[in-house]
Amino acid sequence: MYGWEMLSFNIHDGFLEAIVRGNRSGLLTAADYNNLCQCETLDDIKMHLTATEYGPYLQNEPSPLHTTTIVEKCTLKLVDEYKHMLCQATEPLSTFLQYITYGHMIDNVVLIVTGTLHERDVNELLEKCHPLGMFDSIASLAVAQNMRELYRLVLVDTPLAPYFSECITSEDLDDMNIEIMRNTLYKAYLEDFYKFCQKLGGATAEIMCDLLSFEADRRAVNITINSIGTELTRDDRRKLYSNFGLLYPYGHEELAVCEDVDQVRGAMEKYPPYQSIFSRISYGESQMLDKAFYEEEVKRLCLSFEQQFHYAVFFAYIRLCEQEIRNLMWISECVAQNQKSRVHDSVVFIF
Amino acid sequence: MSSDSSSWERALVQISPYTFSAIGVSVLDAAWGIFITGSSLIGAAIKAPRITSKNLISTESGAFDSYYMLKLLLVELARLGVIFCEAVAIYGVIVAIILQTELESVPTSQMYAPESLRAGYAIFASGLIVGFANLVCGVCVGIIGSSCALSDAQNSSLFVKILVIEIFGSALGLFGVIVGIIMSSQATWPAKA
Repeated sequence: MYGWEMLSFNIHDGFLEAIVRGNRSGLLTAADYNNLCQCETLDDIKMHLTATEYGPYLQNEPSPLHTTTIVEKCTLKLVDEYKHMLCQATEPLSTFLQYITYGHMIDNVVLIVTGTLHERDVNELLEKCHPLGMFDSIASLAVAQNMRELYRLVLVDTPLAPYFSECITSEDLDDMNIEIMRNTLYKAYLEDFYKFCQKLGGATAEIMCDLLSFEADRRAVNITINSIGTELTRDDRRKLYSNFGLLYPYGHEELAVCEDVDQVRGAMEKYPPYQSIFSRISYGESQMLDKAFYEEEVKRLCLSFEQQFHYAVFFAYIRLCEQEIRNLMWISECVAQNQKSRVHDSVVFIF
Repeated sequence: MSSDSSSWERALVQISPYTFSAIGVSVLDAAWGIFITGSSLIGAAIKAPRITSKNLISTESGAFDSYYMLKLLLVELARLGVIFCEAVAIYGVIVAIILQTELESVPTSQMYAPESLRAGYAIFASGLIVGFANLVCGVCVGIIGSSCALSDAQNSSLFVKILVIEIFGSALGLFGVIVGIIMSSQATWPAKA
């Protein structure tokens, strides 16, 4: 029941919630980002970052630095914090924390399968995988030829197994099928996560379901925009939309028939929360849509910290860290390629 | 069903009445409040170690001696703590001591006389009131203390403001103590015949 969780939340999860809130205060602020945006070289960036929470991870890196090194070390910090929390968590928090990483697992699986299709070396691909989504038998994904083998050989032992029931076909893997597979898996994962959060009840259910609905709607819009002009049929497109969220079911009907970005905008403007996102982008500009969605997501994630005694703070913290790493990557790339005028195009300030 | 009620009846009758005194429930809830605050305090103190001293005022063993308490506050500010939660347990001890001075044995002939029944029930109810008032007080102070520890770790100007909320919360226990003492002071046993 909503309200009584205050009595017993701290028994198991009070310590970890306090840790995650302490970690949140270590996220980079607008002042930090302003300093970073004014750096001339990657060494300057490293110097600024050593003064922040990323210090211990970056200070031993030799120059010359690469942008990938910076991003790798920052990701390592996120992974360390995540593992620290996971090893101290009890049920149901430990299941919740594991659910957060399944999205990365799906991305890693798709990365390896696509890379194998294009005849890249497995070890090279493994290095590019996101560390939060690693699992034991991931290297043997390179052996599979079609989806059924993929499932039978590797994925049946992973937590992703139940998500495969909808997309096992015997077709060979090619680019289009892989993207459809990725989106089908992600749809099943989001629905599973949604059901899990609803079962937890209380403030966790309320806040997480709101965050996951936004995620589902954002993916629906991205799928629509990315599949305009491809050979994906309308029915296939509709099958990739999740079964929850603000857009379900009427928004999905409208999105499924959209053929260009303006029609998408027309469909989305009927929903007040998303109307504000689209009003910030003038007609015909779809590049800024990503940034607008990220800003809205960051706003909602920060709001979840306003309440205490629920699990959504863990989800929010990990997402905010990922956003921060994206920001750092963009800033590093702009500095490395000497395009500092474009730095503010894609940096989303968190505080 | 009748066998159930009689076994409950027997169980309640057989348990020593001292178990039911105010101290039992008060200490339970003081402990509850302390753990609620303490778990958040430990976690938040990893990133902000300075908060341990101030927030310990919510859990620290309360001092019976008021002079010692004053000295604690003025001189050793580093030991501010979770005093409020422990104060709840102290209320329970105080009321238990007061109640046990009110207890007197009554001769068997007058065991069911109205006056002695009234006195007995008054003492029982007083203990019950203090116990449950302290139960909710301790939980309330504990939850607020946990929020206080977390917000103090982020922004130290918030500590005193949330402490004021805790003070109002601990007044709940005080109300219970006042009512309990008033009730038990009226418990007069019949004069021995």
